[in-house]
Amino acid sequence: MTDATAPAVRSSPRVSGAFHRLLAFSGLIALVIVFSLASPNFMQTQNILAILQATSVNGVLAIAATLVIITGGIDLSVGTLMTFCAVVAGVVLTFWGLPLPVGIVAAILAGTVSGLVSGTVIAKLKVPPFIATLGMMLILKGLSLVISGTKPIYFNDTPGFTQIAQGSFIGAILPALPIPNGVVILFAVALIAAFVLSRTALGRYTFALGSNEEAVRLSGVNVDRWKIAVYATSSSICGIAGLLIASRLNSAQPALGQGYELDAIAAVVIGGTSLSGGRGTVLGTLIGALIISVLANGLRILSVPQEWQTVVTGTIIILAVYADILRRRSL
Amino acid sequence: MVEPRESAPVVPLVEMTGIDKSFPGVRALSQARFQLLPGEVHALMGENGAGKSTLMKILSGVYQRDAGTILLDGRPSEIASPREAQDRGIGIIHQELALMRDLTAAQNIFIGREPRRFGILDERALNRDAQAIFDSMNLRLDPTVVVESLTIAKQQMVEIAKALSYRSRVLIMDEPTAALNDAEIAELFAIINRLKAEGVGIVYISHKMDEIKRISDRVTVMRDGEYVGTVPAAETPIETIISMMVGRTLGSETFVVPNTADAPVALEVRNLNRGREIRDVSFSVRQGEILGFAGLMGAGRTEVARAIFGADRRESGEIWVHGKRVGISTPRDAVASGIGYLSEDRKLFGLATGLDVRNNIALPSLERFTGPGGILNDAAMRDAARGYIRQLSIKTPSETQEARLLSGGNQQKVVIAKWLLRDCDILIFDEPTRGIDVGAKTEIYKLLNTLAAQGKAIIVISSELPEVLRLSHRIAVMCEGRLTGFLPGGTSQEEIMRLATQREPSMQVRHAG
Repeated sequence: MTDATAPAVRSSPRVSGAFHRLLAFSGLIALVIVFSLASPNFMQTQNILAILQATSVNGVLAIAATLVIITGGIDLSVGTLMTFCAVVAGVVLTFWGLPLPVGIVAAILAGTVSGLVSGTVIAKLKVPPFIATLGMMLILKGLSLVISGTKPIYFNDTPGFTQIAQGSFIGAILPALPIPNGVVILFAVALIAAFVLSRTALGRYTFALGSNEEAVRLSGVNVDRWKIAVYATSSSICGIAGLLIASRLNSAQPALGQGYELDAIAAVVIGGTSLSGGRGTVLGTLIGALIISVLANGLRILSVPQEWQTVVTGTIIILAVYADILRRRSL
Repeated sequence: MVEPRESAPVVPLVEMTGIDKSFPGVRALSQARFQLLPGEVHALMGENGAGKSTLMKILSGVYQRDAGTILLDGRPSEIASPREAQDRGIGIIHQELALMRDLTAAQNIFIGREPRRFGILDERALNRDAQAIFDSMNLRLDPTVVVESLTIAKQQMVEIAKALSYRSRVLIMDEPTAALNDAEIAELFAIINRLKAEGVGIVYISHKMDEIKRISDRVTVMRDGEYVGTVPAAETPIETIISMMVGRTLGSETFVVPNTADAPVALEVRNLNRGREIRDVSFSVRQGEILGFAGLMGAGRTEVARAIFGADRRESGEIWVHGKRVGISTPRDAVASGIGYLSEDRKLFGLATGLDVRNNIALPSLERFTGPGGILNDAAMRDAARGYIRQLSIKTPSETQEARLLSGGNQQKVVIAKWLLRDCDILIFDEPTRGIDVGAKTEIYKLLNTLAAQGKAIIVISSELPEVLRLSHRIAVMCEGRLTGFLPGGTSQEEIMRLATQREPSMQVRHAG
């Protein structure tokens, strides 16, 4: 390799990866500009905060889904798992009357355990991720209904529970910036997940598994253990999403949850993470989740009927993936 | 056969004896053995399927042996996993590159052993260590480059760097030069010589005679999963090594090549090119002729077939059918020109296994059975299918049997019937008897002869030399994307192997004896 050709050869995937992120990002900016011009109500602080708050649950779920999708897997259970974790928090806090921190830990642990189960079924029993997590999706949906007695569990007896997502400790310090805690949690989760992906062994194996699982195995790495770890981590993040949604609704709604996995996967895909594994970013996913919320919010402000929002989201998913295919063809 | 020399009191790095290994339905190794001395390049040779790769996968912990002993440095050892092999200083560079394409070179090299500080990956140390290995190899490569963007040759170098990073004392290279050009091979050999001087033992698996002669000290030959012998590389003539490799005696059938010299040319291919896979391939097949395509794995035979059939894009080259130039860019074009391709993997590409026999046969010809209003004429389809079931003696209870329930040989016949019904008179068979039991093979051979006698032009790609010899009226031999020569039917395995290992058409293999 000569010096003259080296930089060109070396940088192509990075450049195009950045290109894709740029594409999603410019898409987001374009949407913001269009909606701001179309309606003066869009760019209001109140509305921006509402968009961010609306993104928090789907954003956290989408980050969880990103981890699994980078390994080349898929997790269809993130939505009902989120609900299950919320219900577990409800049982611990409302039924048993235990203190708030116990409820928070229990919800996240419920996610971890569920992830250990899915991961084990996938890694050890060799059940394809699609099937394993489809099963888990239904199992968790059923368990949520069973545990809760099919009724919503309210958190009225746990003062401070609604503060998890709806309060604003930043607002308490800087009244000019009433950013809800839910949004802060979303960005915190994103930062931590991005750090884990880029700087820890878990993250390295997440990409390696999606890139060439057999090669990882031949390198002497305990593939099963790391795969289970990725599912467990992802599912723990779903536990955080469960707390967020329960806090926003001040209740655990056992019938809710199914369908959230599709929004999460949509955000991941729009954000440029490859469903075939090996590549993806948390930042992309975050942008993907924001695009979905901005669309929903903007179209609502423009009084476009809600039915049309899903049509637009669907179209954007297809366009985003097509852009990725075009990019790869040109490589 | 020459036995290994027991010369110096050197303790071998590796001593494998009596190794057995079976996979369901296949005995891959039987009483195989292998010895590797420090500072030695030991070539391991044999035809496709001789068991070389299996033996080395046992040594590197990928497979477990069924029986036999492995001595490392003279001590009995178990190698339970790739990890254990690495810990014992055994590195392997796999034939199919085992790299993670989305990771950087440095990340690939140290996968599973990343330097960490307080649990956090230390990328700087990672890149520094990788750079140190590249420097020791005299290799100019940026450790932070993503592997996907490297040439195959550079990826190979990353693999070697990875194996070296384990401080391997045993380095197994499975076909390391398959994708390298001459300059890159020279680079690789320089690295091998340096390692050799440091006392590393190198197992070198290759089909290429000239390389073996150039780089190796000893040659061990395997055939059908068994040990044939070990000979010194320099003093042993290539002919001797080849005859050790092909050793099998041929079935003594009289072979009559029908005279097709006056028959019209059915298919002519001129100057076909596609990257390194197909290099300037030209040949023709006459009506009634069976042209065999021989060569080692990766020689480019399947690639030629796929390019003719329009399954892969070709860079240049003309295809003439019955004296007329045809433009083929998709399989649909090829079929329209009367070319049928029977792929290596019937289940994947040739057969809709969930459909019944009748629908499989009619699939490419559905237009013919479509009546007014787009309704399929089931009765006509049934009659056509039944005709072929009789003609080709397809063993099936009825034409409505699902294709997946038939035996391999009968599935193959269904695919043949499908192309015959579509009026294909040029048929390309890629490994027509793979996965078919011996009895059914004979039947397929008969069928191919019958088809040829009816005037079909037939190309048979096969990795089994006895099969090529038995079937072909003429044999085209390929090596590294080039046609290295044509041989008459009934030639010898030795002749074919000579052409199949001849790297450049101009460069004759040196006779060392």
